[in-house]
Amino acid sequence: MIHVIAFYLFAVMTIASGAITILARNPVHSVLWLILAFFNAAGLMVLAGAEFIAMLLVIVYVGAVAVLFLFVVMMLDIDFTELRAGFIRNFPLGIAIALVLLAEIVLGVGAYRAGALELGTSDGSAAPAMGTTNIEAVGALLYGRYLFLFEVAGIILLVAMIGAIVLTHRQRSGVRGQNVSKQIARRPDEATVNVKPEVGKGVQL
Amino acid sequence: MIGIEHYVVVSSILFVLGVLGIFLNRKNVIIILMAIELILLAVNINLVAFSSFLGDLTGQVFAMFVLTVAAGEAAIGLAILVIYFRGRGTIAVDDVNRMKG
Repeated sequence: MIHVIAFYLFAVMTIASGAITILARNPVHSVLWLILAFFNAAGLMVLAGAEFIAMLLVIVYVGAVAVLFLFVVMMLDIDFTELRAGFIRNFPLGIAIALVLLAEIVLGVGAYRAGALELGTSDGSAAPAMGTTNIEAVGALLYGRYLFLFEVAGIILLVAMIGAIVLTHRQRSGVRGQNVSKQIARRPDEATVNVKPEVGKGVQL
Repeated sequence: MIGIEHYVVVSSILFVLGVLGIFLNRKNVIIILMAIELILLAVNINLVAFSSFLGDLTGQVFAMFVLTVAAGEAAIGLAILVIYFRGRGTIAVDDVNRMKG
């Protein structure tokens, strides 16, 4: 019973906050509602027994992606009311396309439930072993059969990081940067001079 | 009892909301990126639900890869957005084709 109540709570909250995300006037509010949607989706995944992905969702999405969005929204000085100009004009077309898409998906699910489609069954090779937790089972699979895919995921993140840095890096003029090689190449004998100035005359620096 | 259909319905509604968000906020790239995140979240819910109900963990592993790609895509997209704003002072997508390299 508590399972059913929790499912409907999380489901309704996910969909409601997703709807407010795309309808909110202020993008900062949009980001905050998106965070709520991610939290509730993580709750749905916990209910399905996938604790690892749920925690990953909270850490990666809420901790990194949503904060990145917040940074960008606050960093850029944008007049958001101007950007909402076509909102009303696009509304009927958007709703029509959304309804068509939803009808198609519902039709697909209906066909699946009617038994007209054979999706095949799991061969059991990736089934969680008895007595292991979800995290143990996912870890065994990730570092075993999907090791190379896991490393490719790491490379994708590396490429994304380098790309973001290359794109946003800019040379600023008028700043005094540190020239490390010049500092290291400096020797005491060329850095200091011993002079014996005559009295009454200045020194040439 | 909660079955696979309930999860499929939730994720399909979330997916449609993401598509609707792209169409409604056609000028605001930030909201479009958030709508894409909603779509990927719907896909993830689907993968996890099927993985859990079929007793096959491959779906959860692939949900993790979807998460990786989503994070990279958000980082690159927002970086492009920042340099676009630096050059033009606006983020309206109507004239993105003027970016020219």
